[in-house]
Amino acid sequence: MKVRILVSFKDSVLDPQGQTVKNALHTLGYRAIKDVRQGKVFEIDLAGATKADAEKIIPEISDKVLANPIIEKFTWQIIEA
Amino acid sequence: MKFGVVIFPGSNCDFDTFHVLKNVIQQPTTWLWHKDHGLQGVDCVVLPGGFAYGDYLRSGAIARFSPLMQEVGEFADKGGVVLGICNGFQVLLELGLLPGAMLRNKNLKFLCQFVTIRLENEGTRFTHKGKKGQVLRVPIAHFDGNYFAPPETLKEIEENSQVVFRYSGANGSLTEEANVNGSLHSIAGLMNKRGNVMGLMPHPERASERLLGSEDGRVIFESIISKF
Repeated sequence: MKVRILVSFKDSVLDPQGQTVKNALHTLGYRAIKDVRQGKVFEIDLAGATKADAEKIIPEISDKVLANPIIEKFTWQIIEA
Repeated sequence: MKFGVVIFPGSNCDFDTFHVLKNVIQQPTTWLWHKDHGLQGVDCVVLPGGFAYGDYLRSGAIARFSPLMQEVGEFADKGGVVLGICNGFQVLLELGLLPGAMLRNKNLKFLCQFVTIRLENEGTRFTHKGKKGQVLRVPIAHFDGNYFAPPETLKEIEENSQVVFRYSGANGSLTEEANVNGSLHSIAGLMNKRGNVMGLMPHPERASERLLGSEDGRVIFESIISKF
């Protein structure tokens, strides 16, 4: 099973990298872009795991390792059964 | 007082720190390899600067899982003295021994320069040889030193006088310009509530000898080795 985890800054945390990307896009004329938030994507291959296994493991490793809960949040989805 | 300097793969201020502790401050000092067990009876653990584990994922994020770091956590819980410099500070934050987290510098640049920091709390085992309001000239060298903590944590830190150093002008004034990396409340150095663990982004070990342009950092090491 393959799982995709998206880690990004919490809304309350300033994201200077996202801001810089937004400014660059504005410079290129994409004025409609209101905000950009930059994050990290992890694609994880879980050998022989069931959906229930993923539901246990993924939030655990996201909280413990992949994201820093003080500044970041995460979402995840199964991309390959 | 016996010091232990932890080496992670990617530490690069370990030798500077060891040199200052052993030859400048003249204390027995030993290496602590991150994969070993046992703190060899040291009285103070120093986590040096560098890029532990390449700082992959986040600065300090992988280093906190080193076997030795679990023991450093227990050592701190028992009141042992722990000092984290730069990357060492980041590791202490990831480990949860200090509150908050580091974000990328506000200007998205790696900052390598001398800064001035103001001593905020002289009633600590890391600063009691100094004076409140004293300004130290010390170098920084980091990408992720933009200190962040949620409002309720910040409030608690301030109420408990846990802020040990703030980025300031040479005259001690707190300005946006002096706060080079964008840290909340200009925080450059912070201790835990109990006062036995401190982290700071500037490098006191690079400012402990006249030859290197500043001796201002010595006050930290001299405080640690003196009776508190």
